[in-house]
Amino acid sequence: MKKLIIALAASAALLGGFSTGAQAQEKKKVCFIYVGSRTDGGWTQAHDLGRQQLDKALGAKVETPFLENVPEGPDAERAIERMARSGCSLVFTTSFGFMDATVKVAAKFPDVKFEHATGFKAAPNLATYNSRFYEGRYIQGQIAAKMSKKGVAGYIASFPIPEVVMGINAFELGAKSVNPNFKLKVVWANTWFDPGKEADAAKALIDQGVDILTQHTDTTAPMQVAAERGILAFGQASDMIAAGPKTQLTAIVDTWGAYYIKRTQALLDGTWKSEQIWDGLKDGILTMAPYTNMPDDVKAMAEETEAKIKSGELHPFTGPINKQDGSAWLKAGEKADDGTLLGMNFYVEGVDDKLPK
Amino acid sequence: MHIELEKRARVSTLFSILSPLLALALTLVFGLVMFWLLGKSPLGALYSFFVEPLLEVWSLHELAVKAAPLILIAVGLAICYRSNNWNIGAEGQFTIGAITGSILPVMNPEWHSPLILPLMLLMGMAGGAFYAAIPALLKTRFNTNEILTSLMLVYIAQLYLDWLTRGPWRDPQGYNFPQTKSFQIEAVLPEVLSSGRAHWGFIFALVAAVALWFMMRFMLKGFQVSVLGQSERAGRFAGFSARRMVWFSMLLSGALAGLAGISEVSGSIGHLQPSISPGYGFTAIIVAFLGRLNPLGIVASGLVLALTYLGGEAAQLSIGISDKVSRVFQGLLLFFVLSCDTLIHYKIRLVLAGATTGEARR
Repeated sequence: MKKLIIALAASAALLGGFSTGAQAQEKKKVCFIYVGSRTDGGWTQAHDLGRQQLDKALGAKVETPFLENVPEGPDAERAIERMARSGCSLVFTTSFGFMDATVKVAAKFPDVKFEHATGFKAAPNLATYNSRFYEGRYIQGQIAAKMSKKGVAGYIASFPIPEVVMGINAFELGAKSVNPNFKLKVVWANTWFDPGKEADAAKALIDQGVDILTQHTDTTAPMQVAAERGILAFGQASDMIAAGPKTQLTAIVDTWGAYYIKRTQALLDGTWKSEQIWDGLKDGILTMAPYTNMPDDVKAMAEETEAKIKSGELHPFTGPINKQDGSAWLKAGEKADDGTLLGMNFYVEGVDDKLPK
Repeated sequence: MHIELEKRARVSTLFSILSPLLALALTLVFGLVMFWLLGKSPLGALYSFFVEPLLEVWSLHELAVKAAPLILIAVGLAICYRSNNWNIGAEGQFTIGAITGSILPVMNPEWHSPLILPLMLLMGMAGGAFYAAIPALLKTRFNTNEILTSLMLVYIAQLYLDWLTRGPWRDPQGYNFPQTKSFQIEAVLPEVLSSGRAHWGFIFALVAAVALWFMMRFMLKGFQVSVLGQSERAGRFAGFSARRMVWFSMLLSGALAGLAGISEVSGSIGHLQPSISPGYGFTAIIVAFLGRLNPLGIVASGLVLALTYLGGEAAQLSIGISDKVSRVFQGLLLFFVLSCDTLIHYKIRLVLAGATTGEARR
């Protein structure tokens, strides 16, 4: 037994070598922390694709280590601190729930730069970045109203934070621009990443009679349920066409790569500043997956809306808009300002759900 | 032909002691092979898994943070299991302890008194003990199986916490995120040293381990636990009450799980949220058995399990292995510990068709 162990250890040493030593060349470390698995087919995968693009573009100058499946809470704080201590120069924390942990660690390590996705707390070494997902959701709402026979869509939501509420409202507003009586049912899965719960939510919505499904959670499970039940659905964060070739109408695809390259380049040039960035369709931080499984006139409408949003001609949150209880929110022609959107805490008229309070 | 496990006539003392170490060695060997097959430097991977987390002070603190709830829960469970009471619901007692302990800071966020923390800890212990009292009552009164009742109560506790943090206890200023207000500073279990995050929960764990070791070794109560655990009948002849032992062991383990719950929430999370444990209450069952149901052994096994957890993260970052590989690695470790233990008590026999079995020969 002893001999066997020695032999195995020796051969392993020969085969692998002991290589925890320094890198041949001093590369900057740009690190990523993910809430889900980087093959989730959704949110985290989109971030990881961005990381890979960064690797390809600037791989000669930077390394891009990452941690996946990090739970929000005390484990996140440890994981982020580990990154800061392991020599990362720039850390991207890619989930809303990492906000407080990122703030704490950023205060401890003033020389390390942090960027937190979708949050609202900043510091001199902590930037925030976000994408105007609602622009894509408005387009989806329009498509849903055209394609739905029953005039009811189902929305699988994660947490009732402003980001998610804003998406629900944008979808409903898009739908109402086509069909003023369009209704939207919402189920709160209360998770970002849980295929089982997301699938259950999808089934519950379909059983309530919706014939279009959209989601603000991270996995392809709802798309698969929609495909099984033979209804149409929208993908989220990544192009989910593989999960529903005959099901997906389009998807909001997060294309973080260009942003990650831009910020890393700024770091290398020494021009990195803490900013609060909120880019949209026109900046390429999100793109629409090909419009499929729909007639040509619907496709043409979607493309036209997309072009109008890009050019700035159309802002999805333009009045007149009433709140859910019928009271007026925006006057005709009035546009919602970013501050109101980022703190959005109410539904617009037509959403068939009570916002969890 | 089939394979049979045959009980050994004599259990080797030497191997009983060596078993955990042997298992560790086997895990290392298989780990080497696994990393090599993955195309990673095997020794480098093992280094970052088992050594790197021990090299830095902050990381040792994290180890203590992770080990504290495991040890606290497991020492209580060990007394339960030694007395032949099978409390599987420590996760639920942990959760209820966290909730009852949090009542004061959640309801009185403006109460800035040094009294608050000790009261929270006591209420956490009381909550955990109360929750363990339910299966104890059911067992002593109706002879129900405590494995089932305590396990099922776990899910009730988790859903209750879920409901509280999404509903009545949710922070109104928290952007609708399901969590309570952050506890006031007086309600936060302080760090032991200024050099890292390890909080007093780890000290509680060590004190509990030493106290229970002392009880088992030197006190009549410990003797009662062993006797009743091995033979209830023998215990009765000695005048020990099995019913009282059910109450003692369940309340003790419930209180310790509750203490672990409130320590974790107050010391390392700082508020209540729907999920406060990555399954500490269940992992502690493994810790208890790895530590051979000996409170001091449990301190060691709790640290080892905490290390595999941190090591997985370190290895993911420094050599880029997937976090799934680190879970496989943790699984390997447990598998070998259990199989080594089995092989100490049993030997494997290949039984050819027609041959007499071990049973028949005896």
